Amino acid sequence: MDISLSVLAAGIAATSAPLIFAALGETLTEKAGVINLSLDGTILLSAMTGFVTASATGSVWPGFVAAAGTGMAVSLILVVIGVWLGQSQVAVGFALTFLCRDLAYFLGSDYSRIAGPQLLATPIPGLADLPFLGPIIFNQSPVVYASFLVIPLLWYALFHTRQGLVLRAVGENPDGCWARGIHPKLTQTVYTVLGGGLIGLSGAAYSLAVKPGWGRPQGCEGIGWIALALVIFGGWHPLRVAFGAYIFGILQMSGILLQEVFPTIPSQIFQVAPFPLMIFTLVIIHFSRNVRSKTGSRLLALLSGAPPMALGKKHEQN
Amino acid sequence: MKTTLYQTAIKRVARFTIITGLAFGAVSLLLFALHLSPLSIAHEMTTGAVSNWMRISHMLSIWAPLLLCSSGLLFTFRAGLWNIGIEGQMVMGAICATAILRLPENTIPPSLLLLLAMTGGLLGGGIWGLFAGILKNRGGVNEIFGGLGLNFVAQGIILWLIFGPWKRAGIASMSGTNLLPRVLWLHSPPGWRVTPVALTLTCLAFILTALILSNTRFGLQLKAVGKNALASRLFGIHPEFVGLAAMMLGGGLAGLAGCLQVVGVYHRLIPAISSGYGYLGLLIVMLAGYRAASVPFIALFFACLAAGSIQLPIVLQIDSSLSGVIQGACVLSALLLHGLQKKRNEQ
Repeated sequence: MDISLSVLAAGIAATSAPLIFAALGETLTEKAGVINLSLDGTILLSAMTGFVTASATGSVWPGFVAAAGTGMAVSLILVVIGVWLGQSQVAVGFALTFLCRDLAYFLGSDYSRIAGPQLLATPIPGLADLPFLGPIIFNQSPVVYASFLVIPLLWYALFHTRQGLVLRAVGENPDGCWARGIHPKLTQTVYTVLGGGLIGLSGAAYSLAVKPGWGRPQGCEGIGWIALALVIFGGWHPLRVAFGAYIFGILQMSGILLQEVFPTIPSQIFQVAPFPLMIFTLVIIHFSRNVRSKTGSRLLALLSGAPPMALGKKHEQN
Repeated sequence: MKTTLYQTAIKRVARFTIITGLAFGAVSLLLFALHLSPLSIAHEMTTGAVSNWMRISHMLSIWAPLLLCSSGLLFTFRAGLWNIGIEGQMVMGAICATAILRLPENTIPPSLLLLLAMTGGLLGGGIWGLFAGILKNRGGVNEIFGGLGLNFVAQGIILWLIFGPWKRAGIASMSGTNLLPRVLWLHSPPGWRVTPVALTLTCLAFILTALILSNTRFGLQLKAVGKNALASRLFGIHPEFVGLAAMMLGGGLAGLAGCLQVVGVYHRLIPAISSGYGYLGLLIVMLAGYRAASVPFIALFFACLAAGSIQLPIVLQIDSSLSGVIQGACVLSALLLHGLQKKRNEQ
């Protein structure tokens, strides 16, 4: 039992890793007051560029660089039209979602269903042999190690550095920042592009490690929407967002397990089930926020969080 | 009055030309980089869409559901709502219609059964839209995420039905349920790939939508809620109620589109019954600047692109998702142009 549990936990850590990158990238973006709705398309496009670059060069690392670059380029388009030219960020993000998805399938069609390089598990010497924890944490692919690292790093950067303070201030009150000599649009540009880089890495994490390969449909369709929902679920707090990503991983894994228990139910049901479950968790959380004031429960207080005040709003500076 | 109408029409056509020019330019550059000829692709897509009546009627069979979905979205956009759940609403409309059509044979005359199925499609989509609205009002879930969740639920239900209770005798597969009996197919004349009934219903629905939005009290209420929900309360409007009505109407039209896909195009229920037309509708209404008058033309343009790209993989070995690339590029360049104009006016 002990062995199977640790294998299961290792599987959850691995399937959640790309989701961590995407959801934390979006957290960073939204904390600066910008909504990047294009996640679902961006992840797919960067999964494609990552895989194609890796196949062409024969090495995975240029693939990760290309994927991050793709994510950054897409988010730059979003910032230019949605922040600098003052158009609706939701509209731009939505158009980009579909443009990127079709671009990915159009450009990647030649690389469909071919074998390419992929990142294998690289156990960390010494630590991988630890009982129970070893296989979960220290016998994974480098992508998973990076996902473990990015959670505390982003938390520290957001809440314990001056840059993090500036970023959050811009997301809450851009006019106030402007009065204090901070350039809100420039700040938003920098962090949206950085967040886009993380989102791009998530795509490569799929096509080069977690669901290796490219084809139609790639296994990561729909994940972008989940990442967006996770940011709300996690109340715009990186640690809670990451917690949500692991819950989604658990839902996906239990879908696979339940499929063996109930062979009569078509497998497609188990593949789509985690998505509505995740969305409806948001409803429950909303209701729990309303009753919190009456019961004063500490547990529910942990789950609540408010969006940045200026999220998605236009800011006029002159 | 007549000249102003003429002038605005000219202005919008000029604007649309600039936008598509920008998008086509960008896509052509991409094609050049891939050593593909934009001209031969454009030629192939035009022939694929409009070279003979068979192909034109096929293109119109894509135009009809696009226009129905876009009409529904006009209601929700006017009320300031992003109805991403439209795909699920279309699926639920198709499911409800199929459920009615599966009633035991010879109990109800076929024409009445078809009428019932269309009502069922309207209601199924409408109720699914209502769910998203209630989730927003009572559950505090943004309509984008509520709608997406409901899309996934609808996808789950349709897969379960096709692989479970409604599976074809012997084998359950992605190709869908058994074909409907011939008497339940909407009639189409020989050589037509689209049924006149679907075209007529679509045009009627669009005209009704445009009239309701521009000439009725409800249309004005929708606009008031969309512009400023708080202020609309001062005029005795209930924004929640108006929003729910918009979601129901929008969902209903999408559901009707789903029903017409079943009885007019596929003659059975297939997993991909919505074909992504709901999402395309969102892009169409955005590109039309949320104005009803431009919607049928933009929908026609999108239908031509979609129909023209079907032959691309066979003739030129190019992936058919190129049409989606052009459609997305058009919407993006419209937003870019709008932003640039706004910037210039400010200075």
